[in-house]
Amino acid sequence: MSHIQNEDILSYISKKDQVLDLGCGEGDLLELLRDKKSIDGYGIEKDPGNVMNCIQKGLSVFHGDIQEGLSQFPDQSFDTVILSQTLQQVQNPLEVIHEMCRVGKVAIVTFPNFAHWKTRFQLLKGIIPKSDALPYEWYNTPNIRVVSIKSFKRICKKEKIRILHQKAFSSTKRLALPLLHNLCGQRALFVIKKE
Amino acid sequence: MSDYLTKQLSTPITLQCGATLDDVTVAYECFGKLNEAKDNAIMICHALTGDSHVTESVEAPKEGWWNDMVGPGKHIDTNKFYVICSNVLGSCKGSMGPGTINQKTSQKYGLSFPVITVKDIVSVQYQLCIELGIPSLYAVVGPSMGGMQALEWAISYSKYCKRCVVIASSSSLSPQALAFGMVGRNAIISDRSFNEGNYDEEKPKQGLAIARMIGHITYLSKKSITDKFGRKLQEKKEYNYELDSDFQIESYLHYQGDKFVESFDANSYLYLSKALSYFDLSKEYGSLKKAFEKISASMLFISISSDWLYPTEQSKEMARTCMNMNKKVTFCEVESDYGHDSFLIEVDKFGEVIHSFIEREL
Repeated sequence: MSHIQNEDILSYISKKDQVLDLGCGEGDLLELLRDKKSIDGYGIEKDPGNVMNCIQKGLSVFHGDIQEGLSQFPDQSFDTVILSQTLQQVQNPLEVIHEMCRVGKVAIVTFPNFAHWKTRFQLLKGIIPKSDALPYEWYNTPNIRVVSIKSFKRICKKEKIRILHQKAFSSTKRLALPLLHNLCGQRALFVIKKE
Repeated sequence: MSDYLTKQLSTPITLQCGATLDDVTVAYECFGKLNEAKDNAIMICHALTGDSHVTESVEAPKEGWWNDMVGPGKHIDTNKFYVICSNVLGSCKGSMGPGTINQKTSQKYGLSFPVITVKDIVSVQYQLCIELGIPSLYAVVGPSMGGMQALEWAISYSKYCKRCVVIASSSSLSPQALAFGMVGRNAIISDRSFNEGNYDEEKPKQGLAIARMIGHITYLSKKSITDKFGRKLQEKKEYNYELDSDFQIESYLHYQGDKFVESFDANSYLYLSKALSYFDLSKEYGSLKKAFEKISASMLFISISSDWLYPTEQSKEMARTCMNMNKKVTFCEVESDYGHDSFLIEVDKFGEVIHSFIEREL
């Protein structure tokens, strides 16, 4: 699944682009970028174990917190800034989104959609939702923000951020009908830029 | 018996201050073998008071200053790499410095030795490599002042240097670090035996010991010093109500100071401390960005979480500057409580990062 999603992210990136991947984890996406697009992107990652993995893979990684770091980069210094499956873990998501749009010409954001029907159903039953996209218990989840596709679109509108592309994925495939995205999408992908 | 080899450089070295040094002698040691392609040489640059003996070898079995880092099968593997470490210009561990006899006067240089810079130190290292027949460096690795040398390598000899590892270092000392350096130098200069650098039998031991003590405090962290000594008294349960030492930390610093003066020269300390103070890439090139323009090496910056002498932020700034310039760069902060000295204490933590970085393809 994350494989399909990484391929989708890749489809919005052209060769020779300068790419910054926020919360790059073990560097899977950066590795794909290097192997498939010959792009030496940068990753920012706070977990030391993940940083070591990135170094071993030969990737350029910056050990640190994404929220602390972005202010140091000049406007539009990257072609694409990616925040993949990390939005729900940041303290100030709005600030991060704005910073991404400032530092990057384009920003790509992916996140687990909290409005997926299974999540809604579990909430109706009175329990805290768990799924492939949200695999944690309420007491050990690193996810401190819950966001849905609809809510994300609303905030983009309010903050004058243009949505260039929108995609949603079930656990196995890309969803065709945008109308069903918020209900049937487990994960969402947005390509955005400042208006 | 010395462990090191010496080489007298065949060309004079023109220094940043304008002076020229003839017949520069460099003390150096090599570990491992230079391969046929001559592309496996790693230069290791030592810190302020270090020497060429980075690790033990069959010929020189004494433990080196980075013994757990460098050697056969270790993080910097001498089965694979040819490691060179030379004593810096201005030091007193075999290379030319203020303690060297000036051929023109048949006297020690003393304070007539020209003021040297990190750039001068590196130009001597470069000349050494050339005369050793090394066509390029696989990597340059340096902690602390050695990190400044590594940076200088990456900038001044960009084509020569393929990878650069800068550990617990910066592009210039912070004002706080400058201040500590100045107090150390003043302690030496005010010693009654200093005699404007012309000491012989009676050395300015007290001044040098104080300089070392100050240095040592800056190498430790608040936590490490508290955990190790606290307010414990040395071999007693009650205060003496006298003005001499009571606390363990005092005895420790005295011990460090006394040990140091047996092996280091006061004039060399002055010169190297000054070289540290003068190092400022932004000033020299106009900005950090301009300084880094020529860098083509793949860069690795490592900082230490508890290092307040060379704080993490300084490494981050250098790494971010490289990122803004689209250079290959990695930054990693090592979590350690031992302060600036961590790179000598928790060697494996640094070794793992350095190993991963240097073993990978470019």
